[in-house]
Amino acid sequence: MPKLTAKSATLLVLAALIAVTPFFFPSGYYYRIGALIFVNGLAVTGIVILTGYAGQISLGHAGFAGIGGYACALAPTHLGLHPSLAVVLGAVISGVLAYLVGRPILRLKGYYLAVATLGFGILVSMVLNNERRLTGGPDGIAVPELGLRGLLKDWGLDLTNGEFWYFFCGLVLLIGAWIALNLHQSPSGRALRALHGSEIAAGTVGIDVARVKLQAFVISAVYASVAGSLVALQNKFITPDVAGFMHSIEMVTMAVLGGAGSVLGAIFGAGILTLLPQALTVFAEYEQLVLGLVMMLVMIFLREGLLPSILRKLRGRGE
Amino acid sequence: MKKILTTTVPAALIALGLAGAASAEIKIGASVSATGPAAFLGDPEAKTLEMLVEELNAKGGINGEQVELVLYDDGGDANKARTFATRLIEDDEVQAIIGGTTTGTSMSILAVAEDAEIPFISLAGAIDIIQPVKPFTFKTPHTDRMACQKIFEDMQKNGIQKIGMISGTDGFGASMQAQCKDVVGEYGIEIAADETYDPRDADMTAQLTKIRNTEGVQAVLNPGFGQGPSIVTRNYRQLGIELPLYQSHGVASDGFIELAGQQAAEGVRLPGTALLVADLLAEDDPQKPVVTAYKTAFEAKFKEPVGTFGGYAHDGFALLVDAVTRAGSAEPAAIRDALEQTSGLAGTTGIYTMSAEDHLGLDLSAFRMLEVKDGSWSIVE
Amino acid sequence: MSELLQFLFSGLTVGAVYALVALGFTIIYNASDVVNFAQGEFVMLGGMITWFAHAAGLPLPLAALIAIVATAALGVAINKLAIEPARGAPVVSLIIITIGASVFLQGAAQLVFDKQIHSFPAFSGDTPLRIGGATIQPQSLWVIGGALLVFVGLWLFFTRTLLGRAVLATSNNRLAAQLVGINTNFVMTLSFALSAGIGALAGVLATPITLTAYNVGIGFALKGFAGAMLGGMGNPKGALAGGFLIGLIEALTAGYLSSTYKEAAAFVVILLVLFFMPQGLFGRKSTERV
Repeated sequence: MPKLTAKSATLLVLAALIAVTPFFFPSGYYYRIGALIFVNGLAVTGIVILTGYAGQISLGHAGFAGIGGYACALAPTHLGLHPSLAVVLGAVISGVLAYLVGRPILRLKGYYLAVATLGFGILVSMVLNNERRLTGGPDGIAVPELGLRGLLKDWGLDLTNGEFWYFFCGLVLLIGAWIALNLHQSPSGRALRALHGSEIAAGTVGIDVARVKLQAFVISAVYASVAGSLVALQNKFITPDVAGFMHSIEMVTMAVLGGAGSVLGAIFGAGILTLLPQALTVFAEYEQLVLGLVMMLVMIFLREGLLPSILRKLRGRGE
Repeated sequence: MKKILTTTVPAALIALGLAGAASAEIKIGASVSATGPAAFLGDPEAKTLEMLVEELNAKGGINGEQVELVLYDDGGDANKARTFATRLIEDDEVQAIIGGTTTGTSMSILAVAEDAEIPFISLAGAIDIIQPVKPFTFKTPHTDRMACQKIFEDMQKNGIQKIGMISGTDGFGASMQAQCKDVVGEYGIEIAADETYDPRDADMTAQLTKIRNTEGVQAVLNPGFGQGPSIVTRNYRQLGIELPLYQSHGVASDGFIELAGQQAAEGVRLPGTALLVADLLAEDDPQKPVVTAYKTAFEAKFKEPVGTFGGYAHDGFALLVDAVTRAGSAEPAAIRDALEQTSGLAGTTGIYTMSAEDHLGLDLSAFRMLEVKDGSWSIVE
Repeated sequence: MSELLQFLFSGLTVGAVYALVALGFTIIYNASDVVNFAQGEFVMLGGMITWFAHAAGLPLPLAALIAIVATAALGVAINKLAIEPARGAPVVSLIIITIGASVFLQGAAQLVFDKQIHSFPAFSGDTPLRIGGATIQPQSLWVIGGALLVFVGLWLFFTRTLLGRAVLATSNNRLAAQLVGINTNFVMTLSFALSAGIGALAGVLATPITLTAYNVGIGFALKGFAGAMLGGMGNPKGALAGGFLIGLIEALTAGYLSSTYKEAAAFVVILLVLFFMPQGLFGRKSTERV
């Protein structure tokens, strides 16, 4: 078997999954689930860069998802931007904000960083909730149609709404994963991973610790923002839930549960945690109980995350 | 490796699909917020639907056909609600949907339902759900705007011209706050103080002190649900404020009196439904039998007091059963047409008469102004 | 003047609850360097179990005692089953484990109890006390007094008793503590029992004011965590000050500025303090070991 690099292997696996699974879908609903997994996977890929590579914690990244989502709701109506440009605008705002906020708060460590990012996320969601005139408040606000599906139809590619978002989100995820994997191998990526080991050690070998951390924070914010935009455009509707504390926690949990050290692991985590509530609807009363249990058990017994642990098991058996 | 993933993932997906499959002649879907921040609303809704389906099937179903209820809990999250709506329609293939505890979840579900042309009965308050009229979307609760109007009518009668408002920042409170501010001018009333609280807050004396110290305030209005209004009511008495206190239909339940404390709740007014005063209704009141039957059955089964929100679910289900019966068919389009022709159907909330222009079918008369007297609800004449 | 006094009363009442939760965070953090996000669930359990036992016919003091003991036992179980096996895991894993515990306890509470809102009678009646033109509920004094008493108790415990010093030694250097013969596992167990018990006590004292339901925990956890961080994690003085500060900032902002953004004010203050004092108001300096 020819030796594949980890990067192309990851991208191949992802592309194959995106392309092949629809053949097994019993109904249109599964396209929706797939699209959700890809969107969550995209946000979580950002967390891989921040937490998996650079070792920093954020309990407020849903705030950026909120900015991305509301950019798509507000920019087209108030600024006359095309929704696709609103995605870009949201990403730019998120990136700039992450830069401004990140400079002071990334000096903090561990739990102090956690509470600072938590505060940031809560502030964003509070603004979205309270500025009713602009954002529609807790009831949410309508988001204009992206219009790409209609365009594809004119070109002779007629997809249902579900199919379109499945493949579109899948494509964006592939691009996101490709960028993250390239980053992993770049000099900045190596610097990031050095941070994860020890900041002081990284500093002594000449890495500009503050700058590298800030880079990771900004990039991950852009990922979250684009993911938020995709949710908004797909649902054509958005509520402040997208920026809520629980959504921040969900992102981190998906990444760490699946294996924050690798893009594929994190996306796997996004898949599991997106599917779990759907599978548990039969025992809806036990959903929280099971979810809490899964979070604890995986973190205690499979510390590197699900995917790396499963792979190790498989490899161990093969030898 | 690749192979394992590509075969196990679809297998898991298929297994998920099978779990929901079962055969019934009439399949009704529901997505309510039985957990999460709106659980106080959604939990009684879920219980009500389950109870009513059970009752109906025991009596032989509709037109001799059994009804199956597919119930999901969206946790109050609009994104999840959209997913469940998709699942109900595409995977469970239901003929109609009841649900959408909050305005946000309702807006999500209605988009999917309208696309798929499946009738949807919403349980949320905002007027935007049915205005402009969407062909397949109906709703059972009066709008927040109607609640505001009912309250302001009562204030007007009592010569109140200047009020203070203290609203929850949750969806329910914020939406009603906005509607009240919008409609208040029509009644010649001025909102002199406009305060809010977070639904998790433990003490509202700061906001109430501010309202009390506002020049000329003659009454206070508190839109909100859950524990907030109970705490507001207690703090109100603690501060010794003597002005009339108006609550919203969000706390129209015996539970409110219990939580706020009988003493503190005394004299509180709110626009409520017949459900709360079942015993006080006139014998010939067309709502009396419906309300009494629901209240008795619910309280016996779940050992908790009925409230407005469970009543909304009751009415949604009653509308649907009525429509299917009249249509003689469970085809979505036929159900939709029959729903629109609903006429004089007595529910717990009011008497519904729908039309092509009105997918709610209630007017202000559905609300009754209630007041707490000697620890229980009474009707203000 | 009476207006300011009223705002202060409001802030102290709420702040005392936050302070009790923050103290709970501090104890566990001191013993294990873990921030236990399930701390809020202890408050919820304190309230819910007391309500349940009281509704079943037990007198209130007995119901409260049962709630505190049961919750403390649960705290020990969480330590044994979830925290000890994860020793040495990175901060982010520990956050997820304790949030997992929080989600689990919420799920269990909604099954065992229900999803309704509950309360039980205030200990000394509902007749408000009038002081200088402002009013305060007698139950508020119970909560404020409880927070101060717990603080003094902890302070005496940590500075005057051998066991308390053993806890502090464990927090400073676990290995060294083991070497001088401290049973660090026992210290951990004790800390979780103490912390869960204090959380439950907060729930018992606060429920007549705040009311309780299966999902109130997360709100308490966030505010208590914020309070503990503002004061400086690991320092009981900081926890007390941080908790009260957040309560006061919220009440004063609601009173004088905007009730809509009162929580924003609290978080802005936290962010500002951390910018200038990255270890919080009373935090100790720590150095990363390479």
